[in-house]
Amino acid sequence: MYFDSVEAALSMAGHGGYVWSAYAISLLVVALILLAPRRRQRKLLRRLAGEQKRRQQGHTAMEEGI
Amino acid sequence: MTVPRTPPGTAAFCLALLRRQLTLAARRPIEIGNPLLFFAMVVALFPLGLGPAPDQLAGFAPGILWIIALLSSLLTSDTVFRSDFEDGSLEQLLLAPQPLFMSVLAYICAHWLVTGLLLALVSPLFALMIKLPAAAIGALVASLLLGTAVLSLVGGIGAALTVGLKRGGMLISLLILPFYMPVLIFGSAAVQNATLGIPAAPYLAVLGALLCLAIALAPLAIAAGLRISVDA
Amino acid sequence: MWSFFHKLGSPPWLYRIAGTILRWLLPITLVALCVGMTWGLLYTAPDFRQGNSYRIIYIHVPAAVVALAGYYVMALAGAVSLIWKMKMADVAMKACAPIGAALTFIALVTGAIWGKPTWGTWWVWDARITSMLILLFLYLGVVALYEAYDNKEAAGKACAVLSLVGMVNIPIIYKSVDWWYSLHQPASIKFTGDSTIDPSMLYPLLLMIAAFYAVFTCCLLMNMRAEILEREARTNWVKKLALEYRT
Repeated sequence: MYFDSVEAALSMAGHGGYVWSAYAISLLVVALILLAPRRRQRKLLRRLAGEQKRRQQGHTAMEEGI
Repeated sequence: MTVPRTPPGTAAFCLALLRRQLTLAARRPIEIGNPLLFFAMVVALFPLGLGPAPDQLAGFAPGILWIIALLSSLLTSDTVFRSDFEDGSLEQLLLAPQPLFMSVLAYICAHWLVTGLLLALVSPLFALMIKLPAAAIGALVASLLLGTAVLSLVGGIGAALTVGLKRGGMLISLLILPFYMPVLIFGSAAVQNATLGIPAAPYLAVLGALLCLAIALAPLAIAAGLRISVDA
Repeated sequence: MWSFFHKLGSPPWLYRIAGTILRWLLPITLVALCVGMTWGLLYTAPDFRQGNSYRIIYIHVPAAVVALAGYYVMALAGAVSLIWKMKMADVAMKACAPIGAALTFIALVTGAIWGKPTWGTWWVWDARITSMLILLFLYLGVVALYEAYDNKEAAGKACAVLSLVGMVNIPIIYKSVDWWYSLHQPASIKFTGDSTIDPSMLYPLLLMIAAFYAVFTCCLLMNMRAEILEREARTNWVKKLALEYRT
């Protein structure tokens, strides 16, 4: 560890604001691009599953002659 | 009437295409005049926006003139293939036995003749209005002659890729403006150097090299783009 | 050898193998990212000229390097899809553009933040920043062109042509911007020659570059998986997958 204390690490001799905000923004963007495809995939699978369920219900309804 | 049995050779075909494009352009002189008028109007905007002080204008003049030339070339490049795409003659061109590379080059050449060449020829007039030192006018015309040819070729790529789209107007500028930047850099640097009394020849040589590269590669991309647009 | 290529062209196989790779690569990536960031932030000595603000280098440079490499990955995938008509290369090309744009954005923002303490302003029109800005425009152009086409097959081809044009142009743009602004510190990492950067600062930087490459790969694979599912939504294997997902 280069810094002596947490305060020193946070302030970084006056440059802390720049350094930490740069890291925070980058982490945020990386998290966004990592999570976006996962969300898209889940949404699609959920929609497809729903469609299939509805279709199956429609089939059974027809078989029962309703 | 006799029907020719063999299709015309590539050179004859391209010359015919070139003549056709020029004739079409000459039938609408207003459309030839539009980019020049645009050039004149934007030149008039700069003194209004920056103030009429001659020294200030002279300092910005190389960049201003080049940016306006770039924009007027950009605004006209959208129309290169548009009307031929709409009336179906572009499809005929794709089916023709002559290599598409050369016929596309003829289209671009026609576009350059009616925009870039004319812009370069009238630019000294606007250069004087905007107080560009007289020593730099030769460099301005030479750099515009070479540079607008590159702009026409690169603009043709954007035109070919967007010709099938209903809302292509804005998109084409987003696609090809990044590719215009090297031309702008070297073109305005040539004029800037000439105003300072430094030889502009190295920059003109680079523009010439860019032109050679563009002539060799851009028609390939334009041809591919036209095939995609027509198939879509 | 050929069967491998045939498998590469098969969506279900690619979907599954990408899932297997991700199961290993994603944790490794996250660990490397955390280790690299902590190392760069807390365990390296400050630069003698720039002080602590230089620590931004550990994200700025990797993001810029990978953003540039990403454009080439995109263009090569586009070339493969144009030449061999491989659908999966088209999927890969489409998946690259948003990731590359995001990484370029990171490089630009961190560059601006770095510029404030170093040069005293948020934005300087220097060669590298300008080049990164143009790279962002190139990425956004590809995204905009893809969205403009209704026919997605044609969209893929058009974007492939555009990214190939971009690939030819990027060296020209970079060289010309360099020429335009030749007042900048020279590249300080060379893998072959002597390196002017201290090893204690170099190792975390290399780790971060590797981590950003891994982030790019993970995002690429995940985007490809989502895209494959979307394109194959009408096939039986995807329907089965959806049912399994439900239960």
